[in-house]
Amino acid sequence: MTRHYSAFNLLREGLRGHKGWGRAWRSPEPKSAYDIVIIGGGGHGLATAHYLVRNHGITNVAVLEKGWLGGGNTGRNTTVIRSNYFYPESAALYDMSVQLYEGLSRELNYNVMFSQRGMLVTAHSEPDMEMAARQLNAMRLNGVDAELLDADQVRRFEPALNFGPNMRFPIHGGILQKRAGTGRHDAVAWGFARSADAGGVDIIQNCEVNEFIVEAGRCVGVNTSKGEIRADAIGAAVAGHSSALMKKAGVELPINSYALQAFVSEPLKPVLNSVVLCPPFGTYVSQSDKGGLVIGGGLDRVPSYGQRGNMPVQEAVLSGLAEMMPSLSKVKLLRHWAGIVDVTPDSSPIIGPSGLDGLYLDCGWGTGGFKAIPVGGWLLAHLLATGKHHEISRPFDRNRFVSGYLIDEGAASGIAH
Amino acid sequence: MSSHRISRSVSERVLNFTFDGRRYVGREGDTIASALLANGVRVMGRSFKYHRPRGPWGAWVDDPNAVMSVRLGTVELPNCPATTTYLEEGMVARSVNAWPSAQFDIKAGLDVFHRWLSAGFYYKTFMWPDWHLFEPMIRRMAGLGAVSDDVLENYVSEQTHDRCAVLVIGAGPAGLVAARKAAEAGEDVALVDDHRLLGGGVYQQKTLEGKTPDVWVAEQTAAITAAGGRILTATTAFGIFDHQLVGLVQQGAFGTAPKLIRMRAGRVVMATGALDRPITFANNDRPGIFSVDAAAEYLARYDVLLGRRIALVSNNTLADGTEARLTTAGATVIRIDPTTGALKARGSKRLKGIWQDDRLHSADTILASGGMTPTVHLWRHAGGKLDWCDNRQVFVPGKGPDFLTAVGAANGEFDIDAAIAKVREPETAIKTSYHMTPLWPQPGSKGRQWIDFQHDVTLKDVELAARENYVSVEHLKRYTTLGMAHDQGKTSNMAGLAAMAAIQDRPIPEIGTTTFRPPFVPVPIETYHGHHRGQNLHPVKRLRLENAHRAAGAALCEYGGWLRPGWYGAGEAKDRIRAEVLQARKAAGIFDGSPLGKIEVMGPDAEDFVNFVYYNTIATMKPGQIRYGFMLTEGGVVYDDGVIARLGPNRFVISCSSSHVDGVRNHLETWRQDGNDPDRIYVQDTTAHWATVTVTGPKARDIVAALLPNEDVSAKAFQHMTFIETEWQGTPIRVARVSFTGDSSFELSLRQSKAEDLWGAVKSLAEPMGAGLMGLEAMLILRAEKGFIVVGKDTDGETMPHDLGFGVPRSKKKAAFLGDRSLHTEKANTKVRNQLVGLQVEDDSGPLPTGAHLTNGDTRPKSQGYVTSSYLSPTLDQPIALAMVQNGAARMGETVTVWHLGETRNATICSPCFFDTDGDRLNA
Amino acid sequence: MQIFTCPSCGARDEREFHFSGELGKVRPNTTGEVNEEEWATYLHTQGNELGAVREVWMHMTCAELFVMERDSVTMEVLSTTPLRKDVS
Repeated sequence: MTRHYSAFNLLREGLRGHKGWGRAWRSPEPKSAYDIVIIGGGGHGLATAHYLVRNHGITNVAVLEKGWLGGGNTGRNTTVIRSNYFYPESAALYDMSVQLYEGLSRELNYNVMFSQRGMLVTAHSEPDMEMAARQLNAMRLNGVDAELLDADQVRRFEPALNFGPNMRFPIHGGILQKRAGTGRHDAVAWGFARSADAGGVDIIQNCEVNEFIVEAGRCVGVNTSKGEIRADAIGAAVAGHSSALMKKAGVELPINSYALQAFVSEPLKPVLNSVVLCPPFGTYVSQSDKGGLVIGGGLDRVPSYGQRGNMPVQEAVLSGLAEMMPSLSKVKLLRHWAGIVDVTPDSSPIIGPSGLDGLYLDCGWGTGGFKAIPVGGWLLAHLLATGKHHEISRPFDRNRFVSGYLIDEGAASGIAH
Repeated sequence: MSSHRISRSVSERVLNFTFDGRRYVGREGDTIASALLANGVRVMGRSFKYHRPRGPWGAWVDDPNAVMSVRLGTVELPNCPATTTYLEEGMVARSVNAWPSAQFDIKAGLDVFHRWLSAGFYYKTFMWPDWHLFEPMIRRMAGLGAVSDDVLENYVSEQTHDRCAVLVIGAGPAGLVAARKAAEAGEDVALVDDHRLLGGGVYQQKTLEGKTPDVWVAEQTAAITAAGGRILTATTAFGIFDHQLVGLVQQGAFGTAPKLIRMRAGRVVMATGALDRPITFANNDRPGIFSVDAAAEYLARYDVLLGRRIALVSNNTLADGTEARLTTAGATVIRIDPTTGALKARGSKRLKGIWQDDRLHSADTILASGGMTPTVHLWRHAGGKLDWCDNRQVFVPGKGPDFLTAVGAANGEFDIDAAIAKVREPETAIKTSYHMTPLWPQPGSKGRQWIDFQHDVTLKDVELAARENYVSVEHLKRYTTLGMAHDQGKTSNMAGLAAMAAIQDRPIPEIGTTTFRPPFVPVPIETYHGHHRGQNLHPVKRLRLENAHRAAGAALCEYGGWLRPGWYGAGEAKDRIRAEVLQARKAAGIFDGSPLGKIEVMGPDAEDFVNFVYYNTIATMKPGQIRYGFMLTEGGVVYDDGVIARLGPNRFVISCSSSHVDGVRNHLETWRQDGNDPDRIYVQDTTAHWATVTVTGPKARDIVAALLPNEDVSAKAFQHMTFIETEWQGTPIRVARVSFTGDSSFELSLRQSKAEDLWGAVKSLAEPMGAGLMGLEAMLILRAEKGFIVVGKDTDGETMPHDLGFGVPRSKKKAAFLGDRSLHTEKANTKVRNQLVGLQVEDDSGPLPTGAHLTNGDTRPKSQGYVTSSYLSPTLDQPIALAMVQNGAARMGETVTVWHLGETRNATICSPCFFDTDGDRLNA
Repeated sequence: MQIFTCPSCGARDEREFHFSGELGKVRPNTTGEVNEEEWATYLHTQGNELGAVREVWMHMTCAELFVMERDSVTMEVLSTTPLRKDVS
């Protein structure tokens, strides 16, 4: 059985019809008890399992997924990875994630194709440029490298952008974070799953949590579609379904769920260098390694659990793209879809104790959970293993909504999440 | 546009075109694929990964192989499906992802390495030293066509809204009959079909109900039209969205953008037909292997006989009719039962025949059919469920939404007569003639057997995915890329999940399907764009006085959604702005302040209401008074600042920021209706009714006195922060003494229709006094000299009023007000809040950069706030800056480091008010 | 786009509407003592129900607030009623 992924093993397996590759992960039946149970087999949940093994040596762990691994927002997002944040708390969080992503393929022995071709956020007026300077200086002071580009530099960097006479919001410049980029979203989930499984974690798909078992004010397990499973500590990382799941534990959250749409075009020869966001259009776009344009925008205007898109946002986002890059308006879309994102009042995540003893949360990532998969897993693992906050997760505790210490990036910088 | 069947023996208009540099001739009504096939060209493309030669498998939207870049005149479109792109004179088609041509592609050698390019091979390698080393090469290899960088000026989609009682999608036999039935019952019917020529598969029939297909179709369409039904051809229903909205896209001539019709239908009849599915056998991807249905369509619609010696491999009864028609057309047809032995195609770019076990049947063409699959995409878009039908080995529409029904082949009825009969008499049991023998991929069988043609996913890839436990149908799709090609799995999904079912020895319905996502066919981005372009995307708001400003040489810029004069006159902007500031300080500036909000709040509870929505105490104001104040969010953050005037006991007018008018109105309406008695408070946004001309400066009083000779506007009679209502030239005018500059200022507001008159009158009175026009840029400097803030520029989403020096109501105001409790959280009480200050620089490097941060000056500096506004003050002839600084109010006189792009300067924290700190000029 | 029915104006495009919040939020009386948890709950906590929800919406063109009952999964609108009936 070949387990290690390498060019050599690929060559060898190619010669024998790939018959020797082992399973990427097992499909075990759940045991009746674990040290730790993680609800949610998306990127965050699987990363948590991986880091429990790697950082804390805890292997008696189960990940419960109600559908298939990576089937929620992990498999529906636009794969952007970046850390262009204003507040030090956010920068510490997301830059740690970028750094973890940088070594992730080798750490997991699974190519997650983190492609650091940069992210460009354009500015469209002189006041925009001043805000860009405010943002950029904050990033640099936070230790996140980035450059302020003028209009000519933007044009040279991303020639498809609109510098024509009919441009509604003429480009004055932009912020470029070169270390930002995109990754292969499914591979992130699969890589973490394979690594966690190899470390002894039971990953249980098609296992839905029906209720929480609470004894003496402490959460001690869950009743699932595959029976009762007990644990010393339980973590939940279920994104858009956090409110519904936590309600079963009697925990209410400051979260609204919205549909976030994404679009992919037919594959094209390379036409874009980076991830480009033009804030006044509310549209961003990158080009995948396969060649498709991957397009995203803002939330749907109606709170929703329906995992499907709706025409007003389609028209807004795609019109934005056609204005940003008019030569691409003739490109055809192959597919559009939506994920359900969990949006907090300050659009920053909630990491920490849930309010019910023994139950910990990693949720509220809104539109930006993919880029935070490694750090979300790292921090939730820390909480589950130690019962205490990591210093990076402490500001993201849900008690900030009481104390007023919100981390509202949108309000600070005008840059959408 | 032609919409008739082609007869190549009849002389009719021919169309010249080229493919991969060679000239060909086709007919009006041809697709590029049918024309090339008529010319004997079969290799029309290369597969994505292995660069295997590919010819069309299908005749319409299901074809995954023949994708081309097509140029006509100056328009080039990438990745056009040759099977659905109608031929036009002069087209230049090129294969994509192949060089120099589809026939001879230098990358064809990649196929030799196929054993190492298995599903997901890239997840297992390219990690050392780093993915970035390999990625550029992979990016260049990937992708299909190249998109040209030219902007097509006339490529603009028309977009319309429409509605109908009954929308019938698909004008095959079942759709035509369903549309006719509904139309004749008096319903408002729209019938759409994605072909130019209606009829669906009807032309494969010799006769229908005793008539030739052409006559039968003509009869149906005539009856539908006569009964008032509408018929839209070349129109594809690409998605069903919430609330019964169907997205329709109508194709015009090549190079024109399709039209988007947002059709709201009372009910929808899905008559979308069915697609033939491939048989999975060794080398089943070779050019010259077509679906049985495609062969019948090419013959019936395009008069193309695909081969002379045809091996017909089918597991179902639909092949019988096709065999007969091919034979009649002159072909020799060899029938092969695919369920009786393993198959393998022989030949490469030219097909030589097909092996079944040890027996070779020589043939120049293979037609394959593994059974029909209903086209249920729209059913799934609408949330309908699918049921498995074991007899036909298909998923058919199950429980669906009430507004949606499926008929004909889309509902699993592949026998045309039975389908029609069922539409006419839904309750009657009708016998179908369709029979098939189950036939699915055989795991473990020999040879390379394609499941997804374009993406080069073979049966072995599915087996590998299963071996590695990517067994969920979504994992299978994502790991192998099965079903993610141009055809979005129309040919491959069923075979893929059947293969997975067979490998796992589970029934197909247990495996399930992947989600069907819109659009049904690839749709250009332009379709969604339409008129949302250029200045129409987010139209700017325009001033009544725009022409007057233009005549005065204004540089019009966008501020908060309004097009406003930034400055006046030619020359360097900064010189003009400086001159306007100096003129305003010396004499007076005249400024168009019309966008300033004017929201009236009226009614018996108006006083309590404004007292609640304002941070400041409003209840103590007397009629005629004006007060500056803040509106907070419930989170305690400053949402807007501005003045409020009390017009009477029960009437106020709120002057909010010009960019916040809509938001403030919604905010007020929300609190008026949700938490108050809306019959006792009224909110009316009158911003658009009023033009406002602001006169500011030492001569402002003289100008206003000259304008209103009957009013006493002396400093004593008309005090700062009061207003009067009077008449000017017979029109009511409101004159308010508020100042955003620190100089004595008068805001003159009257109805819009008199704006030009007032502007002209003020201008001609002012100019002899040395005063003149001034744009917004000068205003921004004047207010900064005085330390007046612009919300959103000098404040951010954390700023509370006590950060701006307005702490009194927070501690003293008794009545409840919006955001009150939030002003006392732990964070609100902390000492390290950012507070508004001024900054002075001693060096001679000019103004500080706006957006620079203030730091503690350490080697690893941390931000302690930032510069929000910074100018070279013309009045003081020195740089001035406003900043939000941690604990700033307590740090007056402290020197701080100003950090910008890694460079540092020093600045001293000072009061934000730089000019006339005692406020003497307000009453000058 | 979805169609919502404003109780005053009738059926309109969803783009004319603004989601104002969940129905049933009661502002604590801030002239008295309001503890910080109570205030945080009022400010931030959401029901965010899966399935039937009751929400306050504004029809921005007429500025009328109303109560909409709808299904947050299927997007079916179950009813729209004027707000004041509900609160009084």
